[in-house]
Amino acid sequence: MGSGRLYAAVAAGGFRRYATYRAATAAGVFTNTVFGIILVYTYLALWDERPHLGGYDQTQAVTYAWLGQALYSTLAIQGGGAEKDLMARIRTGEIAVDLYRPADLQLWWLASDLGRAVFQMLGRGVIPFTFGALFFSMALPQDITTWVAFLVAVALAMIVSFGIRYLAALMMFWLMDDRGVTQTMMILGIFCSGMTLPLNAFPDPFGDIVQSLPWAAQLQMPANVLMGEVSPWHAYAFQAGWAVVLLAAGRLLQSAATRRVVVQGG
Amino acid sequence: MFIEVDGVEKVFDVRRKTGFLKRERRQVRAVDSISFTVARGEMVGYIGPNGAGKSTTIKMLTGILTPSGGRLRVAGIDPSRERTRLAHRIGVVFGQRTTLWWDLPLIDSYRLMHRMYRIPDDRYRENLDRCVELLELGGLLEVPVRQLSLGQRMRGDIAAALLHDPEVLYLDEPTIGLDVISKAKVREFLRELNGERGTTVLLTTHDLQDIEQLCSRVMVIDHGRMVYDGALAGLHEAGGSERILVVDLERELPPIEVGSAARVVKVEGPRQWLAFPAGESAAGLVARVAAEYPLVDLSVREPDIEAVIARMYAEKATA
Repeated sequence: MGSGRLYAAVAAGGFRRYATYRAATAAGVFTNTVFGIILVYTYLALWDERPHLGGYDQTQAVTYAWLGQALYSTLAIQGGGAEKDLMARIRTGEIAVDLYRPADLQLWWLASDLGRAVFQMLGRGVIPFTFGALFFSMALPQDITTWVAFLVAVALAMIVSFGIRYLAALMMFWLMDDRGVTQTMMILGIFCSGMTLPLNAFPDPFGDIVQSLPWAAQLQMPANVLMGEVSPWHAYAFQAGWAVVLLAAGRLLQSAATRRVVVQGG
Repeated sequence: MFIEVDGVEKVFDVRRKTGFLKRERRQVRAVDSISFTVARGEMVGYIGPNGAGKSTTIKMLTGILTPSGGRLRVAGIDPSRERTRLAHRIGVVFGQRTTLWWDLPLIDSYRLMHRMYRIPDDRYRENLDRCVELLELGGLLEVPVRQLSLGQRMRGDIAAALLHDPEVLYLDEPTIGLDVISKAKVREFLRELNGERGTTVLLTTHDLQDIEQLCSRVMVIDHGRMVYDGALAGLHEAGGSERILVVDLERELPPIEVGSAARVVKVEGPRQWLAFPAGESAAGLVARVAAEYPLVDLSVREPDIEAVIARMYAEKATA
């Protein structure tokens, strides 16, 4: 299990890297809390007009809003996870250093991003969520099994989220500038993950479509598992399916990139 | 031979926009049929102007670039085919890049190397202690890499490349941007590494003092082609270099005439500069000048290797 220890060390490093910046974490907690409050009141106004929108009652809508804030940086829904570093490394040619190491590029970045995600969940996720639970009425499960099932769904969501962002980052091997990709990923991420509105609130067929895209595995699935709206196994199957597809696509793109493309810079 | 490079070339396709939707494809030969061998334990300097193909060669030797043609072996391994297997046997330092974890203390990067290269615990400890001592990293291990100075970071990077006992070390500009003291430390360390451990070293640099102080052999590459491969001393002959005799006369005089033995390259008041072939003794020339002219003082300047190489590059460019 030599390589297991390596990737565990990489994940631990990813965790500690983010833990270093305490002021940034504090600012993030503040931001997510403020946004949470704004979003909750928006949802309350909306659900007042349209009760049971998307099958959620008001407490469920509030729960969903706070969960979104808790998972926002954990899943790097808007981007800004390990893929940001990877993009920069490809653009500057630093990637050369990663390539001559006896380690797998994708596993390396996955481990690093999971370390980051776990830190963001503890650092920027737990506090806003607890704040929400203390000051608003939320639909939280009473049994430990559902909480555990929820955490498994979050872990799978982390992998799917990485899978999407890794593909985006590898585009940098062919592009000179990351702005287009970053902006597109940001808009798709916010909208298709259900950061603006829960995906089940959208009318069909549009609602069906967004709920079958990989972004739905990020926020919608863990939320549904937490609130008992879907069977955990159904959620896991959906998430794991996308995780496999995305990671396999990442692997293909990675081998194409490293074989064909110039490592930039002298 | 430890490193075998036989007729290796690397051609890049460069696409250029020439009009609306129109693109021109052009091939750039970064490395054009280069051959050389390096024996185990050799320390070789690899120099050339910017864009000559040095880094491309190094990247092919590490396996991260696949040659377009030719044959390449390092320790019997084809680098691009078995990059990971080779990685355990080579160490690489790209001076302008870092392998260290920017946000974290130096020691964290070393712990990662420990796992990545699966270094046995006692070897890791021993190598780390040795590098810490020789590269003076003792007080820096707990410092985040982003807070290190360039010289400290470079030493940190060199240590990171050596923890797994590589048989060959590729150094791409290891002294770039370093001050005199830091350069001296790095050179001293490399000399010891090569002398005591017999580590093969391939050193790419723009700083010819690196070469003069470390390498008995030098390879010069320009426009992707090898223009010189041999002893450092031979470079002077190959480059047609000259030594300069500076003479101070009693008074201002017309340029000194000593036939074909030397030519005056500069006159400034009573001081004159005479150039003569680097391979010849200065004794005869000095005796002759002293006999025929009112000499006050003199000094001999050794040929400037940078000038030699600059001339070599220039000749190739016009050829």
